[in-house]
Amino acid sequence: MTYELLEPIFIISTALIAIGLYGVMSKKNILKIILSLGLLDTGVNILIVAMGYIPGGTAPIENGNYSLYMDPVPQALVLTAIVIGVSVTALALAVAMGYYKKTGTIELDKEGVMKW
Amino acid sequence: MRKYVAIIISALIFIVLAHFFITGNAPINYLTGGKYTNPITHEQANQSVPQQYLNDSRKDTGAPNVVTAIVVEYRGFDTLGEVTVLFTAATGLALLIEEYRRKMEEIVEPNFIVKIASIVVLPFIVIVGTYIFIHGHLTPGGGFPGGAVIASGFLLLLLVHTTKGLPEKKLSITESFAGMTYALIGLLGLVLANEFLQNYLPLGIFGTVFSAGIIPLIYIAIGFKVGSELGGILHNLKGVHEE
Repeated sequence: MTYELLEPIFIISTALIAIGLYGVMSKKNILKIILSLGLLDTGVNILIVAMGYIPGGTAPIENGNYSLYMDPVPQALVLTAIVIGVSVTALALAVAMGYYKKTGTIELDKEGVMKW
Repeated sequence: MRKYVAIIISALIFIVLAHFFITGNAPINYLTGGKYTNPITHEQANQSVPQQYLNDSRKDTGAPNVVTAIVVEYRGFDTLGEVTVLFTAATGLALLIEEYRRKMEEIVEPNFIVKIASIVVLPFIVIVGTYIFIHGHLTPGGGFPGGAVIASGFLLLLLVHTTKGLPEKKLSITESFAGMTYALIGLLGLVLANEFLQNYLPLGIFGTVFSAGIIPLIYIAIGFKVGSELGGILHNLKGVHEE
């Protein structure tokens, strides 16, 4: 069985992970950092779902016409990960709002603010 | 300086990861992949874990959708923890935002098209969300997507009524009752079937709405909980007082 079909998906998802890491490391705007965290999350999710690919398979819902199904375990795991990602993003946005109300800016370049 | 270091590090990670996944072994196929070993008794089984889920889910849970069977039935405790994480995040957000609430001073008139369209579209959004979480064991979807669709209806309401918030008290009452229902269904399983979140209802006819035991009940509870919780998050992020 060949997995050549998966190569572009692997490139796209690892590129998303790398872009997200770059944004988290280099940007100083809090909103851009939160967006980068979302990109990283999406890249990992795509990667995990692509792992469950079976050539010729269909979605794991039984209906008699098919006999070969995709791997259901990564899909169930990603379902959990998406919800956690949404709630973490909401919490991070609330922290960003608090920071803006306290300092009047969403840039992390004031003195005394840690950012490597 | 920091920018260049970040570029180099992320490019390295991209090259290493992409190289690893493309040239490495093909992803583990459950048809050919590793066999299942029981970690306690060290017995070897002939089937890998996904294969066993696919073969046995009809007999064990009565749900055609195997992903739902895994999320609600086989790993139901995990889903309870997931719901708890969502609840914790929503509560933390409400706590953080509490001191920054304000009155909306400038009144922005909503767009005419949005205003009229919301009256037409809102009931259908709620109906679609309800359909998705009631049919979670038959079709792709379930409690989490259905609740998110209903919360998008709440977002439409918040966009149209620019100065008002949502009824926060009713949302939190709905949410706590839905969460309690989930825990109570699990505890009833402890009483009636000797295990937490074990199925104790008849499985019914395969492929109909009233089947698959406790899965539809749990997904309805999760749908209400996620819908009201995401609605509360949107209300809090708007940051207005309840009206």
